[in-house]
Amino acid sequence: MAENIIDNSRGAEWREELRKKLPVKERTQQERVQMNELEPSYRARCREEVNQGLTEAQALVEASRCMDCPNPTCMQGCPVGINIPGFIKNIERGEFLEAAKVLKQTSALPAVCGRVCPQEKQCESKCTYVKMKKPAVAIGYLERFAADYERNSGKAEKPTPAKSNGVKVAVVGSGPAGLSFAGDMAKKGYQVTVFEALHEIGGVLKYGIPEFRLPNAIVDFEIDNLRALGVNFVKDCIVGKTITIAELEKEGFKGVFVASGAGLPRFMGVKGENLIGIMSSNEYLTRVNLMDASNPETDTPVLAGKKVAVIGGGNTAMDSVRTALRLGAERAMIIYRRGEDEMPARLEEVHHAKAEGVEFLTLHNPIEYIGDEKGRVVKMRVQKMELGEPDASGRRSPVAIEGAIEEFDVDEVIVSIGVSPNPIVPNSVDGLAVSKKGTIEVGENMQSNIPTIFAGGDIVRGGATVILAMGDGRKAAAEMDAYLNK
Amino acid sequence: MNKIVSKEYFSANVVKLEVEAPLIAKARKAGHFVIVRVAEKGERIPLTIASSDVEKGTITLVVQKIGVSSQKLTSLNVGDEIADVVGPLGKATHIENFGTVICAGGGVGVAPLLPIVEAMKKAGNKVITVLAARTKDLVILEDQMRKYSDEVVIMTDDGSYGKQGRVTDGIEEIIKREKVDMCVTIGPAIMMKFVSLLTKKYELPTVASLNTIMVDGTGMCGACRITVGGQTKFVCVDGPEFDAHQVDFDEMLMRLGAYREQEQEAMAKLNA
Repeated sequence: MAENIIDNSRGAEWREELRKKLPVKERTQQERVQMNELEPSYRARCREEVNQGLTEAQALVEASRCMDCPNPTCMQGCPVGINIPGFIKNIERGEFLEAAKVLKQTSALPAVCGRVCPQEKQCESKCTYVKMKKPAVAIGYLERFAADYERNSGKAEKPTPAKSNGVKVAVVGSGPAGLSFAGDMAKKGYQVTVFEALHEIGGVLKYGIPEFRLPNAIVDFEIDNLRALGVNFVKDCIVGKTITIAELEKEGFKGVFVASGAGLPRFMGVKGENLIGIMSSNEYLTRVNLMDASNPETDTPVLAGKKVAVIGGGNTAMDSVRTALRLGAERAMIIYRRGEDEMPARLEEVHHAKAEGVEFLTLHNPIEYIGDEKGRVVKMRVQKMELGEPDASGRRSPVAIEGAIEEFDVDEVIVSIGVSPNPIVPNSVDGLAVSKKGTIEVGENMQSNIPTIFAGGDIVRGGATVILAMGDGRKAAAEMDAYLNK
Repeated sequence: MNKIVSKEYFSANVVKLEVEAPLIAKARKAGHFVIVRVAEKGERIPLTIASSDVEKGTITLVVQKIGVSSQKLTSLNVGDEIADVVGPLGKATHIENFGTVICAGGGVGVAPLLPIVEAMKKAGNKVITVLAARTKDLVILEDQMRKYSDEVVIMTDDGSYGKQGRVTDGIEEIIKREKVDMCVTIGPAIMMKFVSLLTKKYELPTVASLNTIMVDGTGMCGACRITVGGQTKFVCVDGPEFDAHQVDFDEMLMRLGAYREQEQEAMAKLNA
């Protein structure tokens, strides 16, 4: 299906003219655009969004770098199959609203993806420029530009509900996988109800990713679009607790997509880890993002540490450490047991964190926390490491350097070493096939061993990215639609 | 949604609220709790469900004014709506015919003990209920407890009602008097600690229902973590009930104080 769209749109007269307008050589001689950012010392102390987006002039130039390749390999790198040249060429010809429309054909959350997708590992890594040893077209920046332009223009076409096919389907969880599934199914005419356990819709986009990287207003805009499409949202409802999947089926839901996300935070099990002031990144970020705890008007408290250590090297660790700065930390540190090259975080996040003043203690591993008489953490002991042979993940494994132990002061520690899948749905459905790790087992088509139950996102993957979850949602929508029409 | 349909004062600081929540009323069992957010900008707090009425579609919560959120919650009136009530959460109480069961409750912990007393009785146990309070006016739910208990022992610190003494004095007297097979205790953490120390001495299996700090209540944040038998457990999904003899109550008491300063400041601000 994707191929057809490209063939049709690439062959359009305006696209041919656009290609002729600027010779490839001139296109490729232009430098890749730089994202406009807030100044590091300013942004590290406020919640404003760090990346400010591209100007129209910048977007026009960057879009003209794209060569509109006959075989757009970039699309192979996109989990939701966005028609990348299609939207970029619309930007190049100045039809920004049209560009946004192309994005919305396949993505329920373009303004979100334009901000949080690891494009450098996906679409941009497959860009023809990379083969030419040049920086890829800034596809992510352009995606964000088009989505933001539409939202800010006030001319965004409100989506209208598709003709109903009268078939009810349920979605468990309103994070990226659930929202993307809901959007696709609503467009196909299904009556979609999304059940959310928390009091806000959006899942990790709301409780996890901080305001300075993804403002809530943007998430809400995309959710409102889904509402306009006819998607029904029910908050404060835990499927598996408040209502069971069996009860949903009795109420006439013909299919259920489980996208209940990550659950239990992991801890290391080192001595003193339950001292006051030591918490998971889930707790810390939920307090600050979902509960708005740093706002004096809200009732939820949060510890605003002055010497904060964040354990881990992923995106969530970067979000946590940068949040600590914004809450007033004088010293904010990443403690990571491997080297910087092995960090799973996006390069952009690492660069941003460093520019804002975060210290990186790589090749350090916590071995003990020490508390005061009230049980508050005041010190931590770390073991220095060196890199040994590659392990199962292909990364060089950290090995302790005997006797190399350091101790320093901390008053808050955020443990960000991963999560296990949320156990509520897997535990509540008899006979549902679940892996040893607690993830729901699905086939290629995202279908579980119970034919009416599909699943995707972190409840299947264990811990992945927004865009992979969205890709799962899209795929599950197509497959469930096929299954229900059998 | 979540409308308050009745409100009753058990004492100046303890309020019973009956709240419309039909799905929770239907799904809940003894031992379950809900997370409540009183209003926009409110925090999420766990409250154990005291009872429910499936036909009316209501659940009953017994709330003690101790902090900002409980004060805001108890100041709501009949007809007001609570912004968010979500549940039922946690694992239900393990109910079976153990033989003779002591159900020991202190303070506001008596309320969530009621459904357990009822379920234990219905499972065929001989139920001896021990209710403890500082003084006579703070003894709650006595009549309801008598309905499902073979015996109710009331203990007050000042001796103004029942016997004078602590909850542990009441329990010890029973253990010395007759063979007891199981003990369930709910109340302030410090009370449960001493109940646990006592029953451990007599090797009486004891379950404690813990109430810790929580944020989401669904296993996501880990704020409620405690140590049970040397392992980290989450009260919200692994509990709220645990083998009391394995619980590290000192650590739990310490962790309950995590936000004490902020709580005191917030209370001072609210009542200024």
